Amino acid sequence: MAEKIKERNEEMAVEEVKLTPEGAAVLELKHSTSHLIAKRRLVTLPQWATAWIVLIPAMIFLVFFMFYPIINTFFMAFVQDFRWVDGAGSFALGNFFSALGNTCAQMDKKTGECLITNSIPSFGFDNFVTVLSNQVFLKSILNTLELVIIEVPLTIIISLLIATFLNSIKALRGLYQTIFFLPYVTNTIALGLVFQMLFSSGQGGIINMVLSNFGRSPVNWISPYPTQFDGPASRFHQGVVIVVYSIWTGLAFKILVFMSGLATIDKQYYDAAKVDGSSSFTIWRRITLPLLSPQILYITITSFIGAFKMYTGVMSVYSSLNKGAYYFGGDHGEEWMPIVGWIYKQLDENYLYPGIAAAGSLVLLAIILVITALQFAVSKKRVHY
Amino acid sequence: MAEHAMYFADESARRRYIAINIVKKVFLYLFITIFALFMLTPFLFMIFASLVDATAFEQFTLFADFSKLGFENWTFSNYQAIFAKTYINNLGKEVARSSFAQYFLNTIIVAVSSTAVTVVTAVLAAFAFARLEFKGKNLLFALLLATMMIPGEMMVITNYQTTIQLDWKFTFSALIFVHGVSVFYIYYLRQTFQQIPNELYLAAKVDGVTDIGYLFKVMIPIAMPTIMTILILSLMGAWNSFIWPNLVANGNWLQGKGVKTNYDMRLVSNGLMSLFSSDIAKGQDAIKIAGSMVVTAPLFVFFIVFRKYIMRGVSRSGIKG
Repeated sequence: MAEKIKERNEEMAVEEVKLTPEGAAVLELKHSTSHLIAKRRLVTLPQWATAWIVLIPAMIFLVFFMFYPIINTFFMAFVQDFRWVDGAGSFALGNFFSALGNTCAQMDKKTGECLITNSIPSFGFDNFVTVLSNQVFLKSILNTLELVIIEVPLTIIISLLIATFLNSIKALRGLYQTIFFLPYVTNTIALGLVFQMLFSSGQGGIINMVLSNFGRSPVNWISPYPTQFDGPASRFHQGVVIVVYSIWTGLAFKILVFMSGLATIDKQYYDAAKVDGSSSFTIWRRITLPLLSPQILYITITSFIGAFKMYTGVMSVYSSLNKGAYYFGGDHGEEWMPIVGWIYKQLDENYLYPGIAAAGSLVLLAIILVITALQFAVSKKRVHY
Repeated sequence: MAEHAMYFADESARRRYIAINIVKKVFLYLFITIFALFMLTPFLFMIFASLVDATAFEQFTLFADFSKLGFENWTFSNYQAIFAKTYINNLGKEVARSSFAQYFLNTIIVAVSSTAVTVVTAVLAAFAFARLEFKGKNLLFALLLATMMIPGEMMVITNYQTTIQLDWKFTFSALIFVHGVSVFYIYYLRQTFQQIPNELYLAAKVDGVTDIGYLFKVMIPIAMPTIMTILILSLMGAWNSFIWPNLVANGNWLQGKGVKTNYDMRLVSNGLMSLFSSDIAKGQDAIKIAGSMVVTAPLFVFFIVFRKYIMRGVSRSGIKG
């Protein structure tokens, strides 16, 4: 073995190192090594084979927990009266095919009696009709829209302001940047509780403390039960807490992205504008904003998509009322229920009939696709790359 | 700055310019500081409130009052309560309860193993997409990117059925494997891998290194910072995950099977939710806050140590939880 290596090293030994005019090093080998490489090629796998081997682990997970679920959920949404049976062949697609073959979904193994008869599912838009005529679901769409329209622009504007201001200071910039990033590395539910306490009408409710300093009586912000000073929390007050909390959690990521965008803008533009005597606002309006537009587009799209999928943020604001993970304020827990909250509630409480939840999630997908397409259409005119 | 090179008509104009600049700076810092306080208040509140005993919390009004309390009211009893394995109920009997130690253990097991699975699948897949040529590569990659548009709820609905079907409810398998692959991490790593110059690959080929050997000897060492970022973000994501564990592991084995051991399968976020409604925290806001603090503190330690990796990784992504 050692001899072989020695032999090979001698064959591969570099005779001379030359530099090309461009400065790249060229090795001149004593002997041609092509036969060595050819020998090794015989034992190594072809690239495509290696590729599929290394893709196997990822593909297993992708097929079972991503591709199949997408197809399956899509399928279930269009099956009328889909009933998911907890037993053999109960994967939705398998269920469907087995139903084609026999009419018995679940048989008593001893007596051979049919426990649950299976009607062959038929396709249609039944689930969508059910979902779209469900008052709670429609309310959840309106709730989500309302929160998105208020929260997203506010968060973007504030984070844009903070980012420009941070960019124009030198001292303590690193410290402030870290402080503004802190909310990103927190647990949504833990901080949801803290916000409940800050807004509570009992002890530790700083917001009500400030209000009473101005001579106002303490407001009941969250609880559906009347307090000493106030009735059940109004829709508006609950909405304020949700929006404040989501702005607080949302700022960190946006500031970070805007800061990294600002860092790439060439200082020459600013110097030129200063020589021209432009005011700070004109500089911001005419230079910073246009040059930051790719980041603004990116943030706008991702935050709209993210905000349409809001759930934990809203839920955690009500978490210490001990009404479970599907309570969103009000008497029936539907006051500020978001779309995703409705879907999970359906899935958890009604999991034998997943067609409804599946149809709901497809409606959500449609909304997200429409919003994204709209934003791309608008951005074509406005974004400078 | 360009200030020193500016010319003014007279001394008073120069002074006015400087004065305006100072006023501007003051307002700038004032604005930023106010917002920084807005960001910090919840954290300060959480730290202070978790460290006072229940009666002191009742009297607690503002931070100003807190300083007057004095150190005799400082206590770790709230923390002791949430880590205790038993508690005395209102009948005076000692009752077993799930402690946060259990939630921590569960979460660490899930976070470490799911991160290991995610990183291994992401590195191997990203290697195939970045370095190797095979039929259908572009189509498959486009398919992967397309799934990023689809809301996770669509997958959760079927994955929930799969979990029940495989008898995975209340098991670690459900928590670890269902999120065993992340399309975003594959995409992110592929970007890094593609920046490695082709010449290295050719040189390695000349040396007779196989493709797999090249991945381990060259690509992984070069892409180590990105892999670190993925590791950290994935660990943090597992720590904060709530929705999926809430569906499949919100409770203990007893609920799922006829097993005698009362083994709580909750992760920290779900444990925190259950703490809010538990007997020990009823009407005791300080204990609830201590629970929040215990869930948040490890994240902070993590953030302080790995700030660089986290901020770089996050600025390129939009993922959370």
